[in-house]
Amino acid sequence: MSRSLKKPPFVHYKLSLRVLAAQETGSKSVLKTWSRSSTITPDFVGLTIAVHNGNKFIPVYVTENMVGHKLGEFAPTRNFRGHGGNKKDKRR
Amino acid sequence: MARIAGIDLPKNKRGVIGLTYIYGIGKSTAQKILLENSIDENIKVQDWDDDQIGLIRNTINAIKVEGALRSEIQLNIKRLMDIGCYRGVRHRAGLPLRGQRTKNNSRTRKGKRKTVANKKKATK
Repeated sequence: MSRSLKKPPFVHYKLSLRVLAAQETGSKSVLKTWSRSSTITPDFVGLTIAVHNGNKFIPVYVTENMVGHKLGEFAPTRNFRGHGGNKKDKRR
Repeated sequence: MARIAGIDLPKNKRGVIGLTYIYGIGKSTAQKILLENSIDENIKVQDWDDDQIGLIRNTINAIKVEGALRSEIQLNIKRLMDIGCYRGVRHRAGLPLRGQRTKNNSRTRKGKRKTVANKKKATK
């Protein structure tokens, strides 16, 4: 079920403060966060946010199109490299 | 011959059913269209007169159907793929998007089974 519309979209409170501060100062430093469930609001656009995937931080550059999605959608937690086969062919 | 939205409707079906042959119109939309123009649902497509066809055409013009609808859907999918979010990645990989299991089933997304060669039997 989707979230009640009488509430604003969920953004981790401290993260939202940091985003606003970053937008105000125009700093381009990467913001590390564990808050994968935070919604991307229009304030985020143009920032780079490092989203934790359980292992490390994945840098996500936020664009206009991403507004309304959650941060976690851009930092996959699983890494499937394909099944067996010839190991020499598949080396990456 | 009733030709609406670039589609030939089947002649000897009831109006509601005939309209569902248009992509983007299901039964409930078809019912609404006919109700709005106060045409009986049970009139066969071939028995519509020109006025009624005109009314139906006008109503359908306001709805997104066929090509326009298909391209809108494609654009939505393309957007998901371009921003690299989870759903987009799943679209690219041809796997289900909404958390269904993929250990087995989900053949609709994965297509026909691709058998991988059997494991070699352990020989002693």
